[in-house]
Parts: sequence; structure tokens; C-alpha cells
Amino acid sequence: MLHVRGLEAWYGESHVLHGVNLEVAEGEVVTLLGRNGAGKSTTIKAIMGVLDSRKGSIRFQGTETIALPPDRIARLGIAWCPEERGIFASLTVKENLLLPPVIAPGGVALDRIYALFPNLKERLSSQGTKLSGGEQQMLAIARIMRTGAKLLLLDEPTEGLAPVIIQQIGRTIRALKEAGLTVLLVEQNFRFAQRLADRHYVMEDGRIVDMIPAAGLEANMDRLHAYLGV
Amino acid sequence: MSELWYELEPFLQQGTLGLVNGAFYAILSLGLAVIFGMLNVVNFAHGAQFMLGAFVAWMLLNWAGIGYWGALVLAPLLVGLLGVVIERTMIARLYKLDHLYGLLLTFGLALIIEGTMRNAFGSSGLPYQVPEAFRIPPVDLGYMLMPAYRFWIVVVSLVVCLGTWYAIEKTKLGSYLRAAVERPQLVQAFGINVPLMMTATYGAGVALAAFAGVLAAPVYSVNPAMGANFIIIVFAVVVIGGMGSILGSIVTGYILGVIEGFTRVFYPEASATVVFVIMAIVLLVRPTGLFGRA
Ligand SMILES: Nc1ncnc2c1ncn2[C@@H]1O[C@H](COP(=O)(O)OP(=O)(O)O)[C@@H](O)[C@H]1O
Ligand SMILES: [Mg+2]
Repeated sequence: MLHVRGLEAWYGESHVLHGVNLEVAEGEVVTLLGRNGAGKSTTIKAIMGVLDSRKGSIRFQGTETIALPPDRIARLGIAWCPEERGIFASLTVKENLLLPPVIAPGGVALDRIYALFPNLKERLSSQGTKLSGGEQQMLAIARIMRTGAKLLLLDEPTEGLAPVIIQQIGRTIRALKEAGLTVLLVEQNFRFAQRLADRHYVMEDGRIVDMIPAAGLEANMDRLHAYLGV
Repeated sequence: MSELWYELEPFLQQGTLGLVNGAFYAILSLGLAVIFGMLNVVNFAHGAQFMLGAFVAWMLLNWAGIGYWGALVLAPLLVGLLGVVIERTMIARLYKLDHLYGLLLTFGLALIIEGTMRNAFGSSGLPYQVPEAFRIPPVDLGYMLMPAYRFWIVVVSLVVCLGTWYAIEKTKLGSYLRAAVERPQLVQAFGINVPLMMTATYGAGVALAAFAGVLAAPVYSVNPAMGANFIIIVFAVVVIGGMGSILGSIVTGYILGVIEGFTRVFYPEASATVVFVIMAIVLLVRPTGLFGRA
């Protein structure tokens, strides 16, 4: 579904991605692991098209997207939940939730979203940024579930959150997988990633340095610990 | 009672007349605020675009026989379209640079537009009659008689300002705009064509200025300098209200018009400068403006 080949990216003069190669098949949950500053968020942003300067090849369902603007990429069926969550202060919770336009049929219905995140339903008319960190994260995920996007790019959705909320987000991602969606998940919380993912890519210094299938994880624990420095 | 009334009545009268100027301040500073919020460009050409609105109304009348009501719709459309062309061909190239470049570009455009109009029409001013519908007895407000056309200016400006505020704060399209002001990149990553929104926003802001220009044509003479005179005060209004605040720019516009009116009662010499005095005080006490966020 997603084929990334030789992806390079820059912030101004600084060269951050040095030829990233990765693949995600339809219906998979794949994680991107790696230390802080390895280039995980940059990879996600490059796929979404929000970096000024990138090179290489990104094909999504057969379409080359490297030269497309982000709105066109989104309309192909890719949605992004950024690391900083990106909840809008000048919008209510409901406006935040309904902001991303539906781009294809098959998105998760609002009723189902409210069932998954009851807190949101109770606070629809609050200002978006008045929500707690956990609720903001739920809102950030919920709003891209509605759109019918087929590939979700989730950047550290559990960062800084309490265990109950992490569980809730885990259940949500599992539900998305069961619904046939494809997820590329950036995670620092390796325990969390372990329970959800089919495969793990490991990034270091702007390159993919390893790929470990879920089945091979136990056997490769030492290797992974060395990469992540835990 | 009658003593007090005798003291108050001139304030009420001048304050009400001040609302007419305030109506123009409000519409113009609203347009500037919308453009600045979305594009991060201080549109120095706003006064010239206001003046173009008045001139297009004059041209429509004298060259095409299209009267006031037609001009009220057509002139904003035509000048707004010019705004769209200006944004696409020039301003859009500057978004990645500092604010200052947009300001310099639009300042240059203002000079070009004004110079062109001065060459073509001279600087003495062209007459534009008060439309037929308003050649009626003045409106009796109880404490004064207000010319019908001036009364209309105040009413229609309130409708336009509140309508714009509503569209931005309460509608779906407005939520795109508010969101794009905060995080344009994320909004675009949701599949919304943000560059197109920026073009449309500039066009709409310019159209508002031209609309104010048509409104102004029957009360001020239509001349190339009319925008430049206004826009300096409007920039002061924007600074006082706080750059980028929609409601703030509307409210500040009317209030400053009224304050100018009051000043005309107790110290007429200062009525032209009171806005700048207030601006200086606000800048010292609250540099982000009365309604601005830090
Ligand atoms: N906006 C930016 N401007 C300049 N450099 C950046 C920016 N964002 C990230 N970087 C740099 O790019 C590298 C990769 O960052 P990032 O992709 O955010 O890493 P990760 O998400 O894996 O923690 C880091 O060295 C970081 O300092
Ligand atoms: Mg990151």
C-alpha cells in the first residue's frame, strides 16, 4: 500500500533523512521505533508532504506522491495525527472533530466515535485546548477516523499520557485494524507498540536500520534494546 | 434635567455622527484583520482598494449607466477580483519571507494604484450623487435629525461587520479559516486547499474595502487621495484594537468614530489627532492592543 524508497529530507540546510526505505501493506499496523531525534516524525511529515524539501519516492496505492502538496496527498487517503496533537484553540471540540473533510466513504461513524471516546461527547462545546492532554489526544485520533482515510500516520499517540488512557488508545488502534485500516505508528513506548504491531522498523540517524516482525521480537529483544538504548 | 440635557445633547449628536466615520473604520479594519490573520500580510494597499471601490462605482455610473445599487455589488466583485490576481501573482511569492516584504509590496502597490488614478482622473475629485432612494427627509432620532444616507451607512456597516463576524466565528467555512490561521500546514494535511483559501481571503478582504469605498462615494468626494487619508487612521484603529482580532477591530472602529465625535464637541482642534493619542497610550499600556492576544 505504501512504498517509501530512498527518501531524503531537509529542514533548511540540515539534512535529516538519508534514504529511508520502508513498506506498509494494506491492513498492517507497523511501528517506527528509534531514539529521540532519529527522524521518525520527519519520516511521517515527509509522507504527509508537509516538509518543504524532500526527495526520493513515496508511492501510495500506486500513486507517486513525492511532488504533491499535502491536501492532494490527504485526498488520496492518508491522514496524520501529529506529535503535538494539533488541537485548535479557536475551535470547539465539535468543530475540531468535524474539521477534516470526509475524503472517502467508509470512515468511522460519529456514534461509534462517541462510543469509543465518551469524554469527547460530553465536552463538544468546550474550547478544544481546554481538554486534558489525554482527551486532546483522543480528539486528535478521533477526527481523522471519520474521514475515510485508509492509512493513518500516528505520531507518538501515548506520549505523556496516563496508563488508562494509553489502554483506551490501544483499544482504538486495535479497532481500527479490525476495521481494515492501515496504521504507521511512531512509538517510544515499546511495550505498547509490541502488543499492537505486525512489524517494527527501527530508525537511527535518518535511516531505517532494521526490521523486526512481531513474531521475531522475543528472540531479538537484545538487539532492539541496543538500538533504543533502554 | 434640561440643564444636563443641554450639556449632553451635543455629545450625543456628534457621537452619532462619529458613528458614520466609525462605520468606515470598522469595515476597513475588519478587512485588514482578516487578511493579516490568514496571510500574515499587513495590507498597505487597503486604502487604495477602498478608493478603487469608489472610483469603480463612479465609472459604472458614468460609463455604463449602472447606478448605486448595482455598484454596491459589482464594484466589490471587480476590485476583489483584482485582489485575487494581486495575491496569486505577487503576494503568494512572499509568504515564506518576513512580514516586512508583504508590507513593502502592498505599500508599493498602493502608490502605483493612487498614482495611476491621479494621472487618469486628476486630484480634484469627482462628484457622486446621493442615490435617489435616500433623497428623503432626515431620520428623526429624537435628539437630532440624521441625513438618511448617513443613517444607512451606519446600518449597512453593522450588518456587514456582524455578518462577517458570524461567518468567521459560527460557520463551517469559518472554522476552516480559524483553524488555518492557527496551523495552516495541518489544515492542508487534512485535505483542504489552504493556498486557495488564502487567495479567497485576500479577495474577500479587498472586496470589503471596495464595498466601503462605494458606501463612501456619495459622502466624500471620489478622489485618488481618499483612501490614503482614511487608511492612516484605520491603521491606528487596528493597532488600538489588536492586530488580527475580528471582533476587536469592529468594536474599536465604531468606538473610535464616536470618540472623534465627542472630541469635536469639547476640543474640535484635536478631533483629527485624538485617535493617534489613544494609539500612543494603548501602545504604552498594552502593546498587543485592547483585544489582541499576547
Ligand atoms: N523543525 C525542525 N527544524 C530543524 N530541525 C529539526 C526540526 N524538527 C526536527 N529537527 C531535527 O531533525 C532530526 C529528526 O527529528 P525528528 O524527526 O523529530 O525525530 P524523532 O521524531 O525521531 O524524535 C533531529 O535531529 C531534530 O533535531
Ligand atoms: Mg518525533
